[in-house]
Amino acid sequence: MHDEYFGHEHVTVIEPHGSLMDLKLKELWAYRDLIMLFVRRDFVAQYKQTILGPAWHFLQPLLTTVIFTIVFGKIAQISTDGAPPFLFYMAGTIIWTYFAVVWTDTSHTFTSHAHIFGKVYFPRLAVPVATLLSKLMAFSFQFMFFLGFLVYFKLRGAELSINSWVLITPLLLLMMAMLGMGLGVIVSAVTTRYRDLTVVVGFGVQLFMYLSPVVYPVSILPEPYKSWMLMNPVAPILETFRHAFLGTGSVGLFRLSISAVIITLILLTGIMLFNRIERTFMDTV
Amino acid sequence: MSKTVISVEHLSKHYRLGVIGGGTLREDLNRWWGALRGGSQHLVQLESEDFEDRKQGQIWALRDINLEVKEGEILGIIGRNGAGKSSLFKILSRITAPTSGRAVISGRVGSLLEVGTGFHPELTGRENVFLNGAILGMTKAEVARKLDEIVEFAEISKFIDTPVKRYSSGMTVRLAFAVAAHLEPEILIVDEVLAVGDAEFQKKCIGKMGDVANEGRTILFVSHNMRAVSMLCNNGIVLDSGRIVYASSAENAVHHYLNLNNRQNDSRWKVVRENKEKRCFFQNISAHNKNGEETSAFSMGDDIELRIEFYTRNIIDRIDIGVSLEHRDTGIRIFGTTTKITGNTLLNAKGRTKVHFVLPENLLAPGSYCFTLALSKEETVYHLVEAAVYIEILPARHLNPGLAKDVNFGFVSMPHSWVFNQRILNAVK
Repeated sequence: MHDEYFGHEHVTVIEPHGSLMDLKLKELWAYRDLIMLFVRRDFVAQYKQTILGPAWHFLQPLLTTVIFTIVFGKIAQISTDGAPPFLFYMAGTIIWTYFAVVWTDTSHTFTSHAHIFGKVYFPRLAVPVATLLSKLMAFSFQFMFFLGFLVYFKLRGAELSINSWVLITPLLLLMMAMLGMGLGVIVSAVTTRYRDLTVVVGFGVQLFMYLSPVVYPVSILPEPYKSWMLMNPVAPILETFRHAFLGTGSVGLFRLSISAVIITLILLTGIMLFNRIERTFMDTV
Repeated sequence: MSKTVISVEHLSKHYRLGVIGGGTLREDLNRWWGALRGGSQHLVQLESEDFEDRKQGQIWALRDINLEVKEGEILGIIGRNGAGKSSLFKILSRITAPTSGRAVISGRVGSLLEVGTGFHPELTGRENVFLNGAILGMTKAEVARKLDEIVEFAEISKFIDTPVKRYSSGMTVRLAFAVAAHLEPEILIVDEVLAVGDAEFQKKCIGKMGDVANEGRTILFVSHNMRAVSMLCNNGIVLDSGRIVYASSAENAVHHYLNLNNRQNDSRWKVVRENKEKRCFFQNISAHNKNGEETSAFSMGDDIELRIEFYTRNIIDRIDIGVSLEHRDTGIRIFGTTTKITGNTLLNAKGRTKVHFVLPENLLAPGSYCFTLALSKEETVYHLVEAAVYIEILPARHLNPGLAKDVNFGFVSMPHSWVFNQRILNAVK
């Protein structure tokens, strides 16, 4: 209708409230160059001022894994379903870290970009999407590092049954990314109004880790906790990832699909909330 | 008839002043709890004093704006500070959404609300051009095509691969403006950015705006410089308290605006609520004669004294106070100075500071003038009060020896003397 009125291809209608169902993904796609440039910026900016540079990617999971191996493996002696504890914890750590970093970073979307958002319009969703992608690079380094250890353990004669589930890894990552961003944008939208919730996030991520099978396998859980784990969308992802590379635990397409549904719902809710807040965010900051 | 590119219908914007990210969950829960328990009466009690304040601080930044802009039109938007100019621009450039009403825009909007958005100090000039271009809505290919032109316009070709953190502030601004200027949107929104950079660069910027206009693209221009508005724009609207109070040709709008201000309190400017959120702001600015009386009417033989009071929240060292004098009808800037230029350094200002600024007698020709004041430090402008105080200079009542009583035309009274037959008749200051 507007196109006829103006006889022009590029028409913008500015109204108080956009449609809740309009996720504005088409517009986001039009700004894909911007997303890639944000990814580049995040990456370059992150390392230009650190002494160790990208070495952090290796140190961080390595140290975490060593600590986990000592605390949960040696001291607490939690079962790892027969897998070498070091690999078990490392697998859990790298995939969890990716999720946790995406979650925390995207939850600062509005506050860390207020200076840009206040001056020019672009689809705000470009920022969390860029975060998700730039963190993927860190993950790939860590993943290769993990593969290195995997080969090393295999050569040393550890019993590892890498199986065809590894092919599903990209999908697992995608799910983690979607959930991390979904939760992150929800938090970012809510914190524009309630600043005090920012504190809760860091704490929440940590708690959530212990509620998820990162440092323990689902198999050691007694009922009813085992069934409750079904509700945690992260659990099947972690279990499947470890099963694929280490051959431990169990996988189930059913549980994975439930998890996918939950994740999709969280992400959709997040985007809708985000798009709603985005429109008047600048008035409240 | 050319087509409409911007159509604004019943646009309104409502702000709650003072809600600067201060909302806490507890406050809201308290309110809900209060509402649940005892209805609205209870509500008032539970609200903190702070909250009461905010409730009163509600304003309509824009009220029922209707506007049509045709393709190729250069529309000047004028109004005092807080009249709603920025709110209108922010809505049209989609930074914030309106409270009610709608606007339909056909064509890409490029705004020069502030240049250099998203520059990252660690990235090189080249990388920043791409990033900034993308933020402004250009594709990578578009930026690549215009890169040489941008670099040349900004005069920084030697440093294009140097991180921006090593640039001088002037270089950064030039590069940023160059990117924005090459955006080539169908509709360009310009808000006072022409004030940046040196004179040479400003000339280039005005030239660029002229080019854009000649290409038949639409420009919305906000400025306090009346001369620039009447020179550059074809049409003008005057905003006052969020409403369009006048719409006509740019020249008529400028006249209307100047007359509108005529009726307002001239000799004193007082801080308003929204200014008080700044880190540093003017509290009072007033004009006084040599007897210390507050007035806006001066005779040519009077000293003009500005009494300035400002407030700094935290210590600001070497804060720069700027004063400029403009001729009211033409908007021509006659004179401008700052404490920095004159070497009057104010060390570690904190809290309330009072400053007197004096222009001695017999400098200004009879006419109407206004003073604009600014508080700044280096590139940061903390507070700018356009046309803060108006004064009227009248011819002197008596003819005093050595002083001019009146001036034939122009803005200033220059010291001079007449020589008849080798005899100096009278030297006049």
